[in-house]
Amino acid sequence: MITISLLAGGPVIPNFGEGSKCETENHAFCTSWVADHWSDTLQPALLQHVKLAAIAVAIGFVLAFAAALVAYRYRRADQPIGLLSDFLYTIPSLALFQLLVPLTGLTVTTVEIALVSYTLLILYRNILEGLRGVPADVRESARGMGLTRLQSLVRVELPLAVPSIMAGLRIATVSTISIATIAAFVIPEGLGRPIFIGIGQDVFKTEIIAAGGLAILLALAADALLVLLGRALTPWRNA
Amino acid sequence: MIRLLADSFSWGTFPDAVRFVADNPGLLWHKSVQHMELSGAAIGIALLLALPLGVMLGHLRRGSFVAISVSNFGRALPSLVLIAFALFVSGHFFVNNMAALIVLGIPPILTNAYFGIEGVDRNIVEAARGMGMSGRDILFRIELPLALPLIIAGIRIAAVFIIATATIAAVAGGGGLGDVIVNQATYHLSGVVGASLVVSLLAFGAALLLAGVRKLLTRPYVSAD
Amino acid sequence: MSASAAAEIVFDRVTKRYEGRDQAAVENLSLTIPAGEICVLVGPSGAGKTTAMKLVNRLIELDEGDITIDGTSIRDQDVVELRRGIGYVIQQVGLFPHMTIAENIATVPRLLGWPKVRTKERTVELLELVGLEQEYAERYPAQLSGGQRQRVGLARALAVDPPLMLMDEPFGALDPITRDRLQLEFLRLHEEVRKTVIFVTHDIDEAIKLGDRIAILREGGHLAQYDTPDRILAHPADEFVERFVGADRGLKRLALRRLEEIELEPLNGTPPADAPRAPGSTTLRDALSLMMSEGADPLVVVDAAGTPIGLLSVARVGRVLSEL
Repeated sequence: MITISLLAGGPVIPNFGEGSKCETENHAFCTSWVADHWSDTLQPALLQHVKLAAIAVAIGFVLAFAAALVAYRYRRADQPIGLLSDFLYTIPSLALFQLLVPLTGLTVTTVEIALVSYTLLILYRNILEGLRGVPADVRESARGMGLTRLQSLVRVELPLAVPSIMAGLRIATVSTISIATIAAFVIPEGLGRPIFIGIGQDVFKTEIIAAGGLAILLALAADALLVLLGRALTPWRNA
Repeated sequence: MIRLLADSFSWGTFPDAVRFVADNPGLLWHKSVQHMELSGAAIGIALLLALPLGVMLGHLRRGSFVAISVSNFGRALPSLVLIAFALFVSGHFFVNNMAALIVLGIPPILTNAYFGIEGVDRNIVEAARGMGMSGRDILFRIELPLALPLIIAGIRIAAVFIIATATIAAVAGGGGLGDVIVNQATYHLSGVVGASLVVSLLAFGAALLLAGVRKLLTRPYVSAD
Repeated sequence: MSASAAAEIVFDRVTKRYEGRDQAAVENLSLTIPAGEICVLVGPSGAGKTTAMKLVNRLIELDEGDITIDGTSIRDQDVVELRRGIGYVIQQVGLFPHMTIAENIATVPRLLGWPKVRTKERTVELLELVGLEQEYAERYPAQLSGGQRQRVGLARALAVDPPLMLMDEPFGALDPITRDRLQLEFLRLHEEVRKTVIFVTHDIDEAIKLGDRIAILREGGHLAQYDTPDRILAHPADEFVERFVGADRGLKRLALRRLEEIELEPLNGTPPADAPRAPGSTTLRDALSLMMSEGADPLVVVDAAGTPIGLLSVARVGRVLSEL
């Protein structure tokens, strides 16, 4: 029934050493195991996870930003871009990973392409709506005062779009951290891997809870950081 | 390290995948039905739980903090983690997985229902109240129709997400197309890719269905902004 | 862009048409605005007054004719540079919400590359000029009232001392009391910094109050009359203007004159202590209103010290109007 073993290359039985009673009886959470295996299992997985998510959000942001600028300038571009990102978003994550495997193999690239695709929709929409939400009178007075198109964009419209952009960035980051757990289906990286291994060993609760808990905490921490960043970038809202 | 079964990666896999689909209609149909049973049940129950609650809270303009927090937490909860947690409770795999899927499907429905209703232009609501409409009338005749696009958008997000996560539920005995997708040993890469295509189609189907529902239910003058 | 204190603006047969509409927005508009004067464009909605104004800084491009600023055609200048040399004030002000007041005011100086010190000095100057305390410089627009924001809008427009200002219903969104105050302050400001101003409004009373010259436009952007307020009120060019300025134009004319400007009737000995008095600075209209409400005929006119200088009877008022 459970076929993870084939993906993970055979069940990897952690070296319990003494094998505390807590672990052998599979209680809900064994702090001893966490302490023992922090540096060889949990920490590497956490760092890999951060790396995967960070790269995906960074690339996704750059792409979505460029697309949003194009759609802001040329209204007609909105529909095709919107449809494309919507299309990518609808494909179930695991399916998207597998669909990419024949093309880019069981590599980080596959994972990153899929993760980036999921960020595009929300980032594109939020950046665009943020720009469009700049009040008409502000735009008019900028133009009337003699700012060039580019100056108006950089000094007035983009700063005012920051709240919306940050909102999108928060959602995209949290979602990416969440979806990145599934990367473990394709490559042995990220917090999804300990979860898999845990499932593969008669549902070893501690490992699952530890890794899962880390993923949730990571997402919440990233969200909080972005909230702070957003506040720092918009002093006029706090006044 | 991962020891892979030696399927070669290439463009040729896609025609192979299509062939797989053509060659195994029975299997894929069976798995798809299983998949949709699980997903459908979860979507239905999530709707029953989240939609009235979200609509009610939005109408009363209470609990925005709850709505936002639920949404934030729902997004931060990796689907895989929830599926794994479901395993802790021994018993029926179907029920466990369905529970996990319901938990994942509630946030988008709740949040969008809340903000959809709450976001209806206050001036319109006040005008209605001034004309003597009861709270119930306002909810059903004004707020719901105007909030419909956003509500359906939320249902769509939930549906797509549930169908997607049901795929992963296979690792927890959930069945469905995930059984094929995680089982490269038996079905080879062509099978995996083929099943991925099928589940994508299912997701698109659900999205299109809901888009159609929205078109039917919303009248032309309700803007989709 | 000339650096003189004020510029002469000439509209030469300016026309602007929009596709799909029979009537032009502005049709064959010709007028000359002497340097340093406030020219008010006034008319009903759809008369093309805002369009005419926006043709000057090329926010809207004209189809036929030309507009010159101190002899230089606007077509011959780079659009962006043209705009940087014209002060632009709109009804909703359009202050940049994400910048402090000081940063808002510094917008065009920064575009022109002014040194920071000079910009800072200028900001201090401008805040004083528009009647705002210096502490407002570091605040954000959201923290200011509507009237204060419009003052900042004025300061921002005056930042680089442009020879021309375009103002599109700048006081329209304010309450009557604030509007009144700002109108008076604007006149005072204009006394100090004599720039050419093109001011758009739909309110004839505001036009009369502020304008050195008024251009009345009718639908289709046709110029109905262009003259000083007093002459328009005295001799409306046609029925449209007559209706537009209102049936009380006689009274409106009275508002343009003060008691100290006309020849008063001689005093008849010392007036009784309880006889109603009015200072010489009172307008004829207000004086007439006072006479009506107090039943004071004649009214005692006094100077700044309170010493009676003459009398004014209702009959005299009537004669004054026909003499003017």
